[in-house]
Amino acid sequence: MNQRARYSPVAGTFAWLAALLMFFPIFWMVLASFKTELGAIATPPQLVFVPTLENYDTILERADYLSFALNSVIISVGATVLALLLAVPAAYSMAFYPSKRTKGTLLWMLSTKMLPAVGVLVPIYLFAKSLDLLDTRTLLVIMNMLMNLPIVVWMLFTFFKEMPKAIIEATRIDGASQWQTMFLVLLPLVLPGIASTALLNIILCWNEAFWSLNLTAHDAAPLTAFIASFSAPQGLFWAKLSAASTLAIAPIVVFGWFSQRQLVSGLTFGAVK
Amino acid sequence: MSLANTAIAIPAKPRRAKRSGAHVTTLPLLAPSVGLLLVFSLVPLAATIYFSLIRYNLLNPAIHGFAGISNYRYLLRDPALYHSLLVSVLLVVEVLVITIGSAAVLASLFQKKFPGRSVARVLMISPFFVMPTVSALIWKNLLMHPVNGLIAWITRGLGLGVIDFFADWPVTAVVVIVAWQWMPFAFLILLTALQSLDEETREAADLDGAGPIAIFFNIELPHMGRAIAVVTMMETIFQLGIFAEIYVTTSGGPGDATTNLTFLIYERALLAFNVGGASAAGVIAIILANILATFMVRIVGKELDT
Repeated sequence: MNQRARYSPVAGTFAWLAALLMFFPIFWMVLASFKTELGAIATPPQLVFVPTLENYDTILERADYLSFALNSVIISVGATVLALLLAVPAAYSMAFYPSKRTKGTLLWMLSTKMLPAVGVLVPIYLFAKSLDLLDTRTLLVIMNMLMNLPIVVWMLFTFFKEMPKAIIEATRIDGASQWQTMFLVLLPLVLPGIASTALLNIILCWNEAFWSLNLTAHDAAPLTAFIASFSAPQGLFWAKLSAASTLAIAPIVVFGWFSQRQLVSGLTFGAVK
Repeated sequence: MSLANTAIAIPAKPRRAKRSGAHVTTLPLLAPSVGLLLVFSLVPLAATIYFSLIRYNLLNPAIHGFAGISNYRYLLRDPALYHSLLVSVLLVVEVLVITIGSAAVLASLFQKKFPGRSVARVLMISPFFVMPTVSALIWKNLLMHPVNGLIAWITRGLGLGVIDFFADWPVTAVVVIVAWQWMPFAFLILLTALQSLDEETREAADLDGAGPIAIFFNIELPHMGRAIAVVTMMETIFQLGIFAEIYVTTSGGPGDATTNLTFLIYERALLAFNVGGASAAGVIAIILANILATFMVRIVGKELDT
């Protein structure tokens, strides 16, 4: 930022208004989770009220929140680590040893993300069933990894591409092997990029609902399934539903807040030259 | 795309790297990712094509045997298919216009200095971290509910009457929810792009008497072109498959007003248990996705310059 840049009151006011407006639905939900059931549906809406923890008590009593949360963590982190292990070599090779096919391969990978998941649900379900993988974390780790692999390869590719090619040549001349070049020289350099790729991937996996709902029942069910189990038969129990929702999103939102600087710096997908 | 390019996707043999002059075998580096994606996209595709050619109903084992193209013939005569395609396109286009339009303006506001900018930015991007089921529930119950929702209370207070969003404006309601979730994503990418804009350029324009609006349209917007192309592609990829938001709020209704292609297939397969018919719709979805992907790839590929 330029030193001469001054505060801009007009831009600031509009920016703050927009930010508060965007955040309001989340705030309103958290607020509702501390109301009584009657308070949550009251008109005019309650702004001042005696907060109650009753909803949280009920929710935590009825469902094993920690086991759902643990599943979410294991699945998101597991899928992300696995995707990175596969994608780093691929992105490295495409960025530094491009061929005529590189662009096609990259775009083909992205195009697989356009396939409607529901179109292949039946074969995948039957396949998982025959391997006895239904309702296992292993299956969800694999599915999440596959779903996001194209994005991970793409993001890493854009980071690797920004690295100066001369570095590679220098290390190669010094006699380093392919793997040494990649892991000892380049990886530390693109670490910020890898971090933001991992962050985005964890967020996407955490919020993935389609496969989680269709391929798990109980043992491997993550938080997206937790919230679905409360939404179906509850009708107008908004306060409890809000409490369950708050519990489901709190870990990832807080995680997102703390990592946002890192996330922001890397979320360009090569859009900035 | 996925079919057309499979032949060229795997490097057939180790190639000589021109740049470093050394033998570089890229095959072991690329093969795991490419191979897995190939298997993952082709095996289920083959299975889906197979299912689409047989009579297969999960509830009624008496329905079986080879169906030939009758699943397709039935589907292609079904107006529901064309309607769901229209809904899919409408959702994606409306969300794209809203998110990119507002994200561009907001990115321009946020690259100026103002007190509490980083806090405001955190609040701004928070919806992106919220899972689709939860955001659908927030909007459906707490905000857009025609009796107890906050918006109904506000419009009633203003004497505008009550809008029952999911009954009267179902597509708009779903678009609002999806746009709320994805605007932060567009915002982040456009903001990063805008921050790479040379400050001198903006100052020069300022000195020449260009107002903020002129600067936005003539300098900032063109600078974001590449980022906008990337956002368009990424959002299209994610939003063609919108499911949870529809599932939670409208279940495709009222009638079939918000049944997009994804939801149509879901209905056929898991609610009507007609695996054959659903698979035929799946194959059509895959073909259309590939046609669309080819277009996107043309447009974005140009921007890419690998």
